[in-house]
Amino acid sequence: MVLGLLWLGIVSSPGWDRVRQTYFDADDFRAAWGPVTSAFWLNVRLFLVAEVFILVIALVVAVVRVVPTPAMAPLRLLATIYTDVFRGTPTLLVVLLVGFGVPALRLAGAPTSLFWLGVIALSLSYGAYVAEVVRAGILSVHPTQWASGRALGLTYGQTLRHVVLPQALRRQVPPLINDFVSLQKDTALLSVIGLVEALRQANIIGQRDFISTPLVVAAVVFIAATIVIARFADWLTLRSMRRQAGVV
Amino acid sequence: MLRIEQVRKSYGGTEVLKGIDLTVEPGQVVCLIGASGSGKSTLLRCINLLETVDDGTVWLTDGEGTEQDVTDPRVDVDAVRRRVGIVFQAYNLFPHLSVLDNLVLGPTKVAGVSKNAARARGRALLERVGLPDKASASPDSLSGGQQQRVALARALAMEPEVLLLDEITSALDPLLVGEVLDVVKGLRADGIAVVMATHEMSFAREASDVVAFLADGEIVEIGPPEQMFDAPQDPRTAAFLARFRP
Ligand SMILES: Nc1ncnc2c1ncn2[C@@H]1O[C@H](COP(=O)(O)OP(=O)(O)O)[C@@H](O)[C@H]1O
Ligand SMILES: [Mg+2]
Repeated sequence: MVLGLLWLGIVSSPGWDRVRQTYFDADDFRAAWGPVTSAFWLNVRLFLVAEVFILVIALVVAVVRVVPTPAMAPLRLLATIYTDVFRGTPTLLVVLLVGFGVPALRLAGAPTSLFWLGVIALSLSYGAYVAEVVRAGILSVHPTQWASGRALGLTYGQTLRHVVLPQALRRQVPPLINDFVSLQKDTALLSVIGLVEALRQANIIGQRDFISTPLVVAAVVFIAATIVIARFADWLTLRSMRRQAGVV
Repeated sequence: MLRIEQVRKSYGGTEVLKGIDLTVEPGQVVCLIGASGSGKSTLLRCINLLETVDDGTVWLTDGEGTEQDVTDPRVDVDAVRRRVGIVFQAYNLFPHLSVLDNLVLGPTKVAGVSKNAARARGRALLERVGLPDKASASPDSLSGGQQQRVALARALAMEPEVLLLDEITSALDPLLVGEVLDVVKGLRADGIAVVMATHEMSFAREASDVVAFLADGEIVEIGPPEQMFDAPQDPRTAAFLARFRP
């Protein structure tokens, strides 16, 4: 009902005909579909590679922040500063700083490929968010679980690895998936440093032909990818619920 | 054998254990009774080094008669814990592992037992606690009583010399208490020294060798159950036990 009224409002607005021509032209849509979808493979690759780095960073940072040994104090401080700084900085800003700043430093051995600069920027930014999700998961595991692991004679590390982390990660699947959905969309931010991914490709076509329909194509592709991840998450959740209910 | 001498422990400024002495022989069951907050859990946690004692000694004597002071700071904590099992009131089992994998984790990771041997032993222990068909079940699908029986089986899988039980039936439906206590009764035959904090007075009376009454961090009275329940020497013991008379 609300959607219907909204739709009616949009369609009957005075600018609708212009908008329809520039944003929703069937021929332009078909023409842009090929280049935009093939550019989207770059987004997928960026997403998958960054994902791996993000999980590694997040695990390390979260673990460093929960380990209570005094010897870890300096690392703990470092990890805390890292999360505070990168959670506080807009991802776009991190992308710009890494994408333009790192090559400008001309450090020997520093990556110059846009792909890797993009991966680094996203990993730094998302690593901080995901580390917090993992840390919250670790802290939510009942203290008796730690005690039970230690009482069996497992070391601190073994208890973490075999008892606490599996529970922490399982519990945090929904927020983790949330972060991955938004990471998938934020690969589009890398267009600002010149990576020709889906959004950038759509923009190139749009500016060449003075049309905006390619942007809609890009939107459709991002939405489709989000739906895929969301359904995958639903499947994971259902599966773990079934496991909880009965046989492992 | 477990021998505790003058163990003291404080949290902040308050002394929670004020010099505890206790000896438990292999095959003996010692029940710790006392109001909540009297220091039962703290004492148990000091024995398996989940807490460090401020003063005093905890001696463990193995089958060959070698005595070891486990409160020595140079001691291998994980090796001590292998010899001293503990079961808590709840949240013992690892919910992400199957029942059998709960029993396999310790022996394989800590004691270097092969996976197959640990599985075989795990199944035998499940049989012993009356749950032979639950090996592949998820802990969350078990009743509270079944979970505690699995927790006991998991502790036994490490073949401990000492077993500490911290109010293992306190979170259970009264109907399920009996099945867990039956397993504890069966432990005598294994030659394990059992120390059990409990509010189950009828169990303490019929199934223990020694009952120790704790109040305010001290063992007020200790003795065989007949003495403790029928002829307590200390008025505080009598007053505490009177609360459990029907
Ligand atoms: N980790 C801790 N930090 C501070 N105080 C504690 C801690 N653990 C126990 N206590 C205190 O020690 C006293 C004894 O507790 P506890 O050993 O749990 O008694 P019980 O098991 O007999 O109920 C209580 O007053 C309790 O508040
Ligand atoms: Mg207690």
